[in-house]
Amino acid sequence: MTETAVETGVFTRSLTVTVNGSARSAEVENRLLLVHFLRETLGLTGTHIGCDTTSCGACTVLLDGVPVKSCTVFAVSVEGRELTTVEGLAGAAGLSPVQEGFHQEHGLQCGFCTPGMMLASTALLAENPAPSEEEIRWALSGNICRCTGYQNIVKAVQYAAAKMKEAS
Amino acid sequence: MYPARFEYHAPASVEEALSLLERYGDEGKLLAGGQSLVPLMKLRFASPRALVDLNRIEGLDAIRQEDGHLTIGALVRHRDCERSEALRGRYGVLGDAAPQISDPIVRNLGTVVGSLAHADPQGDWGSALLAAGGHVEAVGPSGTRTISVDDLLQGPFTTALEPTEIVTAVRVPDPGPRAGGTYLKLERKVGDFATVGVAVHLSLANGTVGRAGIALTAVGPRNLRAREAEERLAGATLDDETIREAAQLAAEAAQPRSDNRGSADYKRSVVRVFTERGLREAAETARAGEEER
Repeated sequence: MTETAVETGVFTRSLTVTVNGSARSAEVENRLLLVHFLRETLGLTGTHIGCDTTSCGACTVLLDGVPVKSCTVFAVSVEGRELTTVEGLAGAAGLSPVQEGFHQEHGLQCGFCTPGMMLASTALLAENPAPSEEEIRWALSGNICRCTGYQNIVKAVQYAAAKMKEAS
Repeated sequence: MYPARFEYHAPASVEEALSLLERYGDEGKLLAGGQSLVPLMKLRFASPRALVDLNRIEGLDAIRQEDGHLTIGALVRHRDCERSEALRGRYGVLGDAAPQISDPIVRNLGTVVGSLAHADPQGDWGSALLAAGGHVEAVGPSGTRTISVDDLLQGPFTTALEPTEIVTAVRVPDPGPRAGGTYLKLERKVGDFATVGVAVHLSLANGTVGRAGIALTAVGPRNLRAREAEERLAGATLDDETIREAAQLAAEAAQPRSDNRGSADYKRSVVRVFTERGLREAAETARAGEEER
């Protein structure tokens, strides 16, 4: 059934994506995972590698505003799309409401899961500005924290929601 | 933990994707959401020579109700199903399964059709779509063929698809307004595969059951249809005795194995309890649909 004429193939590709508002280009291997593209090619090490098996959510980034696990996406497959990493959360005015919430409510202990938590929280609040506690816990159920027991993470998101309501 | 090297193509049309698959044969692999394939490639359980990424193809990402069917395109994500109004009520078996798949972040990328074609016996969509009597549209070099989900799923990670075929959509026949369904899943934690899952889908006609679909997850080499339970229900009045008997037949249809998620006996009991619960819930939705008329 198989008749493959291709003995040597093309295993790299030129990739252009928008990361935190800036266009970034690089020649990458097709097999390069998005998380390694961000961390190693672009040097954006705020995105963490936790389990590397699509379980923990530490590597969560926003792809066109939607949270995805960047350890389970090939970089070449996001050509032309927009990515937000933790480095892109703070604006000219300082920390984003979600970042401020994690700071004020102490929504972390070791901090390893925090970038992923904050990106998942940012996406939640963009879709649902006034989530219930259950909705927050549900939205963050793909992100694992081994320190906090989640109490203060929930409070951090509630803080951010209140802050955003105040500002609007 | 890198995958092996592969060639990458992102065709803009189904036709282009088909010609790429023809070129690579069984060394080509389709990429949709990637939430099963990428982990397999990272572990090198799968090392395709080429990936054919479907994500640039337009028109595959819609949930539509047309010609007496609900159609879920090849690029519809679990997330889309979770948020779709169309997947409630009569299609509740699908709408209830969606939010129980993996975790919310995986659901943002993973697709229904990809999950179905992956044919993991612990996959939830296989059961939901079996119960709903679904079929897939498979496009290949010699045209389109329709394959029932029952025929599609052949065994663990094995389907009736040819390597040169693309499933463009899965379709479920409209059971009418007097129908309901649900999916019950026991999982140890969010993101885990099912310990046991039971999909129930039924339609009512003049107070008796029209068609009943019951399918089981994680208790066999593939998603199993509980045929004897379905037959017991068809044409019957849905009273307590019928429900209990059907649930017992469903439990007997299960082929569970003892593992770290539970003993075989325990899993069989869960099938019975879930089938009973599912039938009651589905009947309630179906009756509500009847009253609306």
